[in-house]
Amino acid sequence: MTTTGDETQRRGAFTSRKVFILAAIGSAVGLGNIWRFPYVAYENGGGAFLIPYLIALLTAGLPFLLLDYAIGHRHRGSAPLSFARLHRRTEMLGWWQVGICFLIAIYYAAVIAWALRYTIFSVDQSWGEDPEGFLFGDFLQAGDPGVSTEVVLGVLVPLLLVWVAVLVIMSLGVEKGVGRLSLYLIPVLVIAFGALVLRAVTLDGAALGLDALFSPHWASLTEPSVWAAAFGQIFFSLSIGFGIMITYASYVDRRSDMTGSGLVVGFANSGFELLAGIGVFAALGFMAQAQGVAVDEVATQGLGLAFVVFPALISEAPAGALIGVLFFGSLVIAGLTSLVSVIEVVISAVRDKFELSRLTASLAVGGPAAIISLVLFSTTSGVYVLDIVDHFINQYGILLVAVVSMLVVAWALRALPGLAAHLNRFGSLRLDRTWFALIGLLAPLALAYVLVDAFVTDLQTPYEGYPSWMLNVLGWGSAVAVIAFGALATLVPWRQETSLTVADDDADPLTKETGR
Amino acid sequence: MSADAVILMLVAMTILWGGLVVAVVRLRRHGLPDGDELHRDL
Repeated sequence: MTTTGDETQRRGAFTSRKVFILAAIGSAVGLGNIWRFPYVAYENGGGAFLIPYLIALLTAGLPFLLLDYAIGHRHRGSAPLSFARLHRRTEMLGWWQVGICFLIAIYYAAVIAWALRYTIFSVDQSWGEDPEGFLFGDFLQAGDPGVSTEVVLGVLVPLLLVWVAVLVIMSLGVEKGVGRLSLYLIPVLVIAFGALVLRAVTLDGAALGLDALFSPHWASLTEPSVWAAAFGQIFFSLSIGFGIMITYASYVDRRSDMTGSGLVVGFANSGFELLAGIGVFAALGFMAQAQGVAVDEVATQGLGLAFVVFPALISEAPAGALIGVLFFGSLVIAGLTSLVSVIEVVISAVRDKFELSRLTASLAVGGPAAIISLVLFSTTSGVYVLDIVDHFINQYGILLVAVVSMLVVAWALRALPGLAAHLNRFGSLRLDRTWFALIGLLAPLALAYVLVDAFVTDLQTPYEGYPSWMLNVLGWGSAVAVIAFGALATLVPWRQETSLTVADDDADPLTKETGR
Repeated sequence: MSADAVILMLVAMTILWGGLVVAVVRLRRHGLPDGDELHRDL
């Protein structure tokens, strides 16, 4: 059995609370903040969306973030080890989260590689007059939906670079790798994106876009789908429920104010989303005015916004190259700090389970992840595989494991009082029965509604019209595979030197009894 | 921009960015990082 000090030295730790907060913000602020939030807000009531969004943040997002913090900070382990220490039979939840993170990492890296390439394309606006044709034809060389082994060199090289960078960062460890990356890149991201927003709001027509984004449609507040969109946006945006915050919290000093840190991370994430909304819609307003069309004709989200609409906008705007470099550079930074957090969940779990060194675990996880990523996403079918896996693993991976884990922790284990007591020891925000009610009832109910709504839609309409075999194998197959992986990984025994008892002096009787 | 849109934009900025400022101030008041922490970050 290892002592607490030994374990901290062996696993690594953030050097300070500030570094942890920056790393957590880096994880939460990702591509979705920039290319998803603005359109979701616009489509779901505009300015009126602020109300369900804030309610979702305060009643589900922040409480769930604190639940993740409590599990990781108290049990001092990766997601599987923390869950195993919480109760021996819940280890599978941790491995389920690890499987999800592994899948996300292999496709998330591809999007960062595209953004990296587009940062360079922005300088001479390589897409010419037809950004959509350039993206799918010249750059991705995408054919009909299906699976192909034809390699696209223009994607392979940047993707390889992304993985080399990730492997180096991960090998350096929590302190010198993840910590320092966040310490330096988050301020750069804020400055770069801030400059982009300043440029965007000074473009002709910016007010048109901002008017479209913030004009309230109060009637939409009576629609359940709008509330579901708000809870879904908060949930997917905060990096909660799939092991990241559990892992990061396990690297934080025991005496840290985790509840106060959680408030900073939550508001920083939402604050950045608002900044992104202002920047993106100011730019879309310019584009709509330049083309003489309404904003709704240019407004979109996701890959279409980043790689089709923005290139067109860059071509038309004064100092477009600067906007392009700032926009795609921001995507690269936001994506990289999130990717690092996602792959850390897997590396940390493998290290804990097999007692491996940092370098060995980083190579053992990062090597295969890089190879699978390069094989699947540097081919002419990469974009379709990515789109399907992303959709299904988000809905039936992240969302499902989140609902299940909340219900298990709150109702099966009744562990919330012990977790709250842990956070309350050094926390500036006191958790009480309100938190129990939010985690035990409101948050799982709201997220279950989002999940069921998505499930019904996917059953009624094949996602994006892809062939059934692709949806079954890549989509539903991925969602089932991560559950199966979770169950199988649990069967692998822990090493003798790994203690499954809580190494915490505020352990409650439940965990003391169930620890090995 | 319409008056409604301007007001809601300002409200969103106040709540989210103001909330961030309040959260940071609150955290700093509750426990300032010690000299050792600052040194380790550098």
